[in-house]
Amino acid sequence: MRINAPYNMNSAIILTVATLSVLGIVSAVVLYFIAQKFKVIEDPRIDAIVEVLPAANCGGCGYAGCRNFAEAIVKNESLENMYCPVGGNDVLKRIGPIIGQVAVEKDPMIAVLRCNGSYAHAPLKSAYDGISSCFFMHSLFSGENGCPYGCLGGGDCVEACTFDAMYMDKETGLPVIVQDKCVACGACVKACPRNIIELRPKGKKDRRIFVSCVNKEKGAVGKKNCEVVCIGCGKCVKECKFDAITMENNLAYIHADKCTLCRKCVAVCPTGSIHELNFPERKKPLAETETAEVSNL
Amino acid sequence: MANLLTISGSPHVHGDQSIRKIMWGVVAALVPALLVSFWYFGIGAFIITAVAVLSCMVTEYLVQKYILKGQPSLSDGSAVITGLLLAMNVPSNLPWWMMVIGSVVTIAVAKMSFGGLGKNPFNPALIGRVFLLISFPVAMTSWPLPIQNRWVLTDVVTGPTSLGVIKEGLDKGESLGSLISKVPSYAEMLIGNMGGSLGEVSALAILLGGLYMIFRRIITWHIPVSYILTVFLFTGILYLVDPAKFIDPLFHLLAGGLMLGAVFMATDMVTSPMSKNGMLVFGLGCGILTVLIRVWGAYPEGVSFAILIMNAFVPLINKGFKPSKFGKEVKHG
Amino acid sequence: MLLKTFTRGGVHPEENKRSSGSPIRRVAIPKTVTVPLAQHIGAPADPLVAKGDKVKAGQLIARGQSFISANVHAPVSGTVTKIDDFPDSSGYRKKAIQIETEGDEWIETIDRDSAVDLQIKLTKEEILARIQEMGIVGMGGATFPTHVKMMVPQGKKAEFLVINGVECEPYLTSDHRLMLERGEELMTGTRILMMALGVDKAYIGIENNKADAIEHLTGLSKKFAGITVVPLKVKYPQGGEKQLIKAILNREVPSGKLPIETGCVVQNVGTAVAVYEAVQKNKPLIERVVTVTGKSVKDPCNLLVRIGTPVSLLLEEAGGIPDDTRKVINGGPMMGKALGMVEVPVVKGMSGITVMPGKEANRPKVHNCIRCARCTFACPMGLAPYLIAQMAEAHLEESAEAERVMDCIECGSCSFVCPSGRPLLDNIRVAKSKVGQLIRSRAK
Repeated sequence: MRINAPYNMNSAIILTVATLSVLGIVSAVVLYFIAQKFKVIEDPRIDAIVEVLPAANCGGCGYAGCRNFAEAIVKNESLENMYCPVGGNDVLKRIGPIIGQVAVEKDPMIAVLRCNGSYAHAPLKSAYDGISSCFFMHSLFSGENGCPYGCLGGGDCVEACTFDAMYMDKETGLPVIVQDKCVACGACVKACPRNIIELRPKGKKDRRIFVSCVNKEKGAVGKKNCEVVCIGCGKCVKECKFDAITMENNLAYIHADKCTLCRKCVAVCPTGSIHELNFPERKKPLAETETAEVSNL
Repeated sequence: MANLLTISGSPHVHGDQSIRKIMWGVVAALVPALLVSFWYFGIGAFIITAVAVLSCMVTEYLVQKYILKGQPSLSDGSAVITGLLLAMNVPSNLPWWMMVIGSVVTIAVAKMSFGGLGKNPFNPALIGRVFLLISFPVAMTSWPLPIQNRWVLTDVVTGPTSLGVIKEGLDKGESLGSLISKVPSYAEMLIGNMGGSLGEVSALAILLGGLYMIFRRIITWHIPVSYILTVFLFTGILYLVDPAKFIDPLFHLLAGGLMLGAVFMATDMVTSPMSKNGMLVFGLGCGILTVLIRVWGAYPEGVSFAILIMNAFVPLINKGFKPSKFGKEVKHG
Repeated sequence: MLLKTFTRGGVHPEENKRSSGSPIRRVAIPKTVTVPLAQHIGAPADPLVAKGDKVKAGQLIARGQSFISANVHAPVSGTVTKIDDFPDSSGYRKKAIQIETEGDEWIETIDRDSAVDLQIKLTKEEILARIQEMGIVGMGGATFPTHVKMMVPQGKKAEFLVINGVECEPYLTSDHRLMLERGEELMTGTRILMMALGVDKAYIGIENNKADAIEHLTGLSKKFAGITVVPLKVKYPQGGEKQLIKAILNREVPSGKLPIETGCVVQNVGTAVAVYEAVQKNKPLIERVVTVTGKSVKDPCNLLVRIGTPVSLLLEEAGGIPDDTRKVINGGPMMGKALGMVEVPVVKGMSGITVMPGKEANRPKVHNCIRCARCTFACPMGLAPYLIAQMAEAHLEESAEAERVMDCIECGSCSFVCPSGRPLLDNIRVAKSKVGQLIRSRAK
């Protein structure tokens, strides 16, 4: 295109503006048509649900991110077995109307450490030197305190937590779960190679009782390594009037759905293996056992 | 047995290699070049080297302690090496405060901001040098000539380097034949009796250092040999094509920072490839770029830029040139 | 003369063969032996005895039930006191049979005459059956059931037998002494294995630091047809199966496959001697040579011990546990397992106990990776340890699989050579384990 005009400042500016404007308009039109042609038709409900979700993308629901969770809900047209641990019941209630379902309320859950093998309770029998990985330590040896079921203190759980709800207590050598931040996403449960962490209901007034041990060895053997091990004596099972405690493989287990938080089992446990969390101080201190550690975080 | 037994994964013994040994080995290899630079450039050289090393060490200490809030680790010797190499890259009459700024940029920006030792993608000393070159172009291109009285810190006589003489002369249109008479002879360039930065003058001293490092297995021969050979061949081809326009390859080898670059800068472990074939390709790339910049580029010296550009390609080279794995094909011998 | 060796990688740890001059001697039978039921790769054996039973030395007390398993025999005569869980080298408790020793009575079928019997009277099938019956497993430390290893799968052909007399681990000398003191038994055992495999050529690989053994066996080999002694350059890990095959036959075992792909099977010298005793003397695997050594050990020695003897007894025999001991290792320093306590029993795969005093046992301080690539140059399998370790730390299992982490033989050369003291093998093991889980879950 020949420009039959004297080349001066004004014509240069006009030419530049004209060229760029034309380019811009042409690009806009082309992009518009392309966007229309390759448009992805999506159920608008998915976006609506994503708006409601907390956008943590933590995988705690079992799906690959919040959008995936929303897509699954819309695909199944149901909220059954779908729970967002970060958003909790609030979020479920708000999702309900979007797909025309009523959300079933679930008990809030929290991660619970079922081991109390601290340095004080389970003294070291060997010294570990190497990477701080519970996964590695578990495959290498039974543990510095000798208990093959107990916490290794390597911190895989702390590393897995994306909600800053865990830290390693240097005094005890055990991880600590911060109640206010834990959303029960389950990352720490998956990370622990010994399945010491369990998701349990938070409980009425945040109170919960659980057996803080996963050792399946016979009592005498377990006691060699740790003084607060569950020895499988069965006193708690006998004491519980609500049939909430069962014994299997020398290990007692308290079923949270049946437990009424009466605390009688805690009192009779000879090793102090059963823990009560967030209860007020007892009027009469527990007798011959070491007081079960009560953490009020 | 009172103590607890220690449990760890195997192996339970360790070889005698350590970062410290490697670093001090490189320092030892630099000693010939250092001595030559003190000889030809006098006390100025010593001062600028000391300033560089001290500034690098202080910067690293301060950054590690107060910004990263970690444990200072000066004893591994890497700050000392960086300081020495940075000093080798500058003229001996550089004002000391410029050197301090350069050291701070080298350590804090080019090394620590990426995460410290082992995490930097670019050679820190070269970053420092290029930074100084671009920020203080006049000071960084006034190259002292070998001085008569080495104990006096007087104003030194400066002039362009041999490469500079050739480039500027060719640009002005002078003939190569007349230019050659203006630069030192090959013998002088080999020993170091010429103008230039502290480290680039004596090809012989650098070579000695390089051989020492190869003997001690601190570096392998791949990068220096492929770099120098590429430059030699490339410039050789050019020289054969037109001897009036392109100076001969031996000049390219002995003048400028090629020896220093090929032996000490390109072989920096952190910023060079991790397989033998990758190293050869790295040296090849450095060589080609060096010649391109020297002959057709704006600067008379291209080594720093060539190495920095190739540093950027190292991750790609590492991906493309992995060592051949055992049992890849069934071989029957 | 240029010695044969493997071409990729390798390191040179200090040899420290301080016990190589100490002849094999027997250790007194302990009062109690604890015989684990899982001393081999594969399923643990099922006990055939009960508490209170009286047993004789050499009697079958547990049978291997699945395809990859091995029999376990009583190493002493006495009464079974417990069949219960006892801690093994890892500290985990595993099922074992504890026997209270009474005298030293052997079952009648075992020929206790020590004269060497050179005549092989059994057929190939009988040999394999005898090896299985006698509970022979790989004595180099891997403890793979020998009768399974000797079975050539359908479609593959065996051309050679390779006997591993390399003993590349520092400190360990049990194989060295076996080659010197039981050479004829070794050669006969080799011939038996050759018959079992159906080959007529065998190579015995020996590292050049055992010149006396090379000389002795080379002399003997003139009397035994088809056996050639091959001296090898001293380089770790020359004793690795794949490296040994590469050095002797110049063939590389393909990734993920077994040595039979290259036409050979490798067996340790200790296994060959045990096979001799099984076939010629009807003797099951109930005792083995264990080297007790270390810089601080008063009397570095090679002890012939009954399986199930506590390690503490061996240490006493070697002059007592030194005061400054920090590590007691089951095996050698490059691939051995560190023990948390010395009250663990000797098992079929325990070739030595290495004691380390404080200074030697300390791991170096860990620095950042300086990308020097020494680990990559040292890896005998051509892997990039720095990369795999990085991927393990970043939980990138699929990338680690692509980098062929499953080819890693865990020899430890990478960690050994790293100037930054990085625990490369620890991380690589995590990656290997996780990738293994991934592969198994895919197969489901």
